[in-house]
Amino acid sequence: MALLTVDDLRVTFPTRQGPSEVVRGVSFTLGRERLGIVGESGSGKSQTGRAILGLTPPPGRATARQLVFDGIDLNRASPRDWRGLRGGRMSMVMQDPKYSLNPVMTVGRQIMEALKFHGRLSGADKRRRALDMLDAVQIRDPERVFAAYPHELSGGMGQRAMIAMMLVAEPDLLIADEPTSALDVTVQVEVLRILDRLVTDRGMGLIFISHDLRLVSSFCDRVLVMYAGRMVEELRAADLHLARHPYTRGLLNCLPDLDHDRHPLPTLERQADWAR
Amino acid sequence: MTPLIDIRDLDVRFTAGASQVHAVRGLSLTVAEGESFGLVGESGSGKSTVLRAICGLAPTWDGTILIGGRALPPRRGPEFFRQVQMVFQDPYASLHPRHTVDRVLSEPLAIHGFSDRETRVERALEEVGLGRGFRFRYPHQLSGGQRQRVAIARALILEPRVLLLDEPTSALDASIQAEVLNLLDRLRTERGLTYIMVSHDLAVVAHMCDRLLVMQHGQGVEELTRAALRARAATSPYTQALLEASRGYTAA
Ligand SMILES: Nc1ncnc2c1ncn2[C@@H]1O[C@H](COP(=O)(O)OP(=O)(O)OP(=O)(O)O)[C@@H](O)[C@H]1O
Ligand SMILES: Nc1ncnc2c1ncn2[C@@H]1O[C@H](COP(=O)(O)OP(=O)(O)OP(=O)(O)O)[C@@H](O)[C@H]1O
Ligand SMILES: [Mg+2]
Ligand SMILES: [Mg+2]
Repeated sequence: MALLTVDDLRVTFPTRQGPSEVVRGVSFTLGRERLGIVGESGSGKSQTGRAILGLTPPPGRATARQLVFDGIDLNRASPRDWRGLRGGRMSMVMQDPKYSLNPVMTVGRQIMEALKFHGRLSGADKRRRALDMLDAVQIRDPERVFAAYPHELSGGMGQRAMIAMMLVAEPDLLIADEPTSALDVTVQVEVLRILDRLVTDRGMGLIFISHDLRLVSSFCDRVLVMYAGRMVEELRAADLHLARHPYTRGLLNCLPDLDHDRHPLPTLERQADWAR
Repeated sequence: MTPLIDIRDLDVRFTAGASQVHAVRGLSLTVAEGESFGLVGESGSGKSTVLRAICGLAPTWDGTILIGGRALPPRRGPEFFRQVQMVFQDPYASLHPRHTVDRVLSEPLAIHGFSDRETRVERALEEVGLGRGFRFRYPHQLSGGQRQRVAIARALILEPRVLLLDEPTSALDASIQAEVLNLLDRLRTERGLTYIMVSHDLAVVAHMCDRLLVMQHGQGVEELTRAALRARAATSPYTQALLEASRGYTAA
């Protein structure tokens, strides 16, 4: 049985020019696997992730014909149900980690808070687990970062603090929105290994939003491609180079390449009918 | 020839509660006028701090920072920011939450006495691929990559001589990234701009930068030319590990 079923998800915001539908009928199912979402900047990837967790910012509205997580109908979930699910069984690493972390609470306390779903742990146990998690995401100096406030961290450290916070709770579903975009590649590999183990050993379902095509094709099992609020293509990650949609094909061609010098880089000629 | 940017023995420390962080330790680098210089390295190694120190945003520092052969005044005034602009790594934090995109872009123009503001704002948005529809939005009404593009537009709008770019395309998909990189390249050729660019994407650095410095633990560990990077001719173990890991994910 699928861990997550999303059917005809739509997200709409009111704007000066009238309602703007930024997610337009997205449907997919997720098993205990690594599902990548790639797509153009502004195509609705983050809003898709937030809507699944019921976190569409007002005045935006999200609707879906079906939204089912592990047999639970999220369309009918009460605020109380949501509180039991979010942060414990399903969580999201936000794209702007330093903005999403609480600026006036130390990183360590925020990670310990995330452990409240884990029954009764002593303060010392929570501290131990938080420090271990910081260590696992390759923080060099876990004690200092534990005691630090978000603004005292570098970009990549903030990103890893947020990952640590979401992972200590050992969720069944993790939506990770550009989780490694600020990490150098050596650290990135280690963070991906943790995610990988959670999927393979613990059966977590992972939605991995990223614009890094090389990474998605080597790390994920399947990839969804979004353009202008729609899913325009679904591929096995390893087959990304066989993409058919002109947006996806164009994307691969735009990447700078360590081995070849290409100035200027090719760009996309976007066609109006891609957005239909 | 004197380099346009000359940093010698830069040291930056932060005090946070009881602990001290020695974020940059005796770093030196020079960048010639019209050159594009890359900074890469470990997360937390001090890359952003170097750029912030140039802009006068590091609390306590030691060493010398010369621009055009002259020491910088302790407080960087409007004259400095007319010449040097920075694109911050974290666009959310650098855009005022209650200012529309229009205000973010027109305010610096007003401060520096530009007259044709209307045209400049429209052009700046267009250059980063944002249509008119975005002009009166607030930062929270934008996607991550759209915010990053507003931050780039803001830095470009004053036509500075030097751009300090901290992971400027990290939130952009490949197609928009290509457009932004081409724009930066074109501006450098046409106007002789000078860049320092931080990126963890070695392909982007090889594409954009003539030379680069690899940082670890607040220090420069190795300086490379573009050709050496492309040939993977790194001598330090850390740079070699970076090159290896940039091939993509392989399960352990
Ligand atoms: N409050 C809002 N009001 C109006 N439009 C909004 C609002 N919030 C987001 N949007 C729009 O919704 C669209 C989808 O945004 P989303 O953040 O999901 O994009 P994304 O695919 O994650 O892009 P990126 O890769 O740049 O992060 C964007 O075009 C954005 O401008
Ligand atoms: N305001 C601050 N107070 C205390 N420590 C700080 C502060 N700002 C930065 N630091 C520390 O300085 C060190 C260098 O940070 P910096 O942001 O320069 O790293 P970076 O190389 O840009 O990393 P990343 O690639 O992750 O963005 C880090 O250990 C960080 O925690
Ligand atoms: Mg996003
Ligand atoms: Mg940084």
